[in-house]
Amino acid sequence: MIEMQDIHKSFGPKDVLRGVNLTVATGESMVIIGGSGSGKSVTIKCILGLIHPDSGRILLDGKDVEEEERDAFLARFGMLFQGGALFDSLPVWQNVAFRLLRGSLKRPKSEARDVAIEKLRRVGLTSDVADQFPAELSGGMQKRVGLARAIAADPEVIFFDEPTTGLDPIMAGVINDLIREIVVEMGATAITITHDMTSVRAIADKVAMLHAGKIRWSGPVADMDDCGDPYVDQFINGRAEGPIEAVR
Amino acid sequence: MNALTAPFAAIGRGTMDTLALIGRIAIYAIDAISHMLRPPFYPREFLHQLGLIGWLSLPVVGLTALFTGGALALQIYAGGARFNAETVVPSIVAIGIVRELGPVLGGLMVAGRVAASIAAEIGTMKVTEQIDALTTLSTHPMKYLTVPRVLAAVVTLPILVAIGDAIGIMGGYLVGTLRLDFNSAAYMTNTINFLEAGDVISGLVKASVFGFIVATMGCYHGMNAGKGAQGVGRATTSAVVSASILILASNYILTEVFFSA
Repeated sequence: MIEMQDIHKSFGPKDVLRGVNLTVATGESMVIIGGSGSGKSVTIKCILGLIHPDSGRILLDGKDVEEEERDAFLARFGMLFQGGALFDSLPVWQNVAFRLLRGSLKRPKSEARDVAIEKLRRVGLTSDVADQFPAELSGGMQKRVGLARAIAADPEVIFFDEPTTGLDPIMAGVINDLIREIVVEMGATAITITHDMTSVRAIADKVAMLHAGKIRWSGPVADMDDCGDPYVDQFINGRAEGPIEAVR
Repeated sequence: MNALTAPFAAIGRGTMDTLALIGRIAIYAIDAISHMLRPPFYPREFLHQLGLIGWLSLPVVGLTALFTGGALALQIYAGGARFNAETVVPSIVAIGIVRELGPVLGGLMVAGRVAASIAAEIGTMKVTEQIDALTTLSTHPMKYLTVPRVLAAVVTLPILVAIGDAIGIMGGYLVGTLRLDFNSAAYMTNTINFLEAGDVISGLVKASVFGFIVATMGCYHGMNAGKGAQGVGRATTSAVVSASILILASNYILTEVFFSA
């Protein structure tokens, strides 16, 4: 279980998170929605320790993440970055098997390659791409490789940062289905941030809306349409008019 | 009142910003050194950087040394002629190249090539979230990116400069024998007789320090690159400018240390 307790984070004069409280149960798929610049990415980067909150606590299975041993802590996580964040200088299979080629999870090279090819197959890519470089792949294929890398070490918690941004609607649907299948199959806890409502409905067990640095509403995805919160209602229906100010 | 104090405020802000930058760079450099001493180590990355920083810089450093040695021989010959001291050309060329011009010009050329390339590569990794990805994959960016580059530069710069010294002396020799009618054997004898081990060693120590400066500046500015293409461009420029200034400043300090009475 992941618990965020009263998390505050500012960058200079800009208060991005102003007291975020959020609980994600083990095995649950939580999707955080919110407008651009609402602090969604900062929220998950705080959980991962890429950004340190100014105040508040983040607990993973009841233990403060700041006090955990860093390598062991990170080994429990996988992350799919918005732009893929694949390492340009490494071939695809070494990107996927990155964690398996070094550090505490290090395995023999041939075994790591086999795992990488197996994970690539799981995300719908053939072994032909294993020796290609990321720049040679299309955007959709790069997302799949990023997904394969995120699941390569069978993490307990997987983060998805805008998994369908920049993809055509069909490829976005394929990625959504893959994420859902993989999360269910692995029994992993998933935290996704997105403003793509199709993704939300395909991936989420629960939804939380982040607005003005706080969780505005959270609940099961089935309750989202009738939650009665005007902010959520405006956001999920994509209306320009409403309590959320849209800059024209 | 504001109009009167504004210039002082601007100078104060600039001074404070500069001091803060120096402090951040110093902390980064100390952090890099501390990570060099603690595992995990990435020998494959280190070997890869040896090739990129050392081998690929050889043509630039070699050509710089060759032409500098030749020009130095001409200058010293012309200057020496005023005192009927043309015979000092071989020894002055050798000492000038080995003590000063080899390491400084080699360091500056490598700063232009390597600091820029490191800052651009790491800066691009920063803006495309590859640095964050490294961290989430339980790999410390300082150990995986900075340490191999800094170590490779510290090791390869003295080797590059040693080769550059030999090529520079060769440049002086070619100009001396072919253009200034020096006797070939006498030129070589004068070069070898007047050169001391301390001259060579001090130049190589300087080169090693310059290597540390070049790679550290490239990594620091890359890691702190702003957003987008403009951020990477600024990081690259800052890396080259700061590495060049630090090389020239530290060269003076090292020269004082080595050669002051």
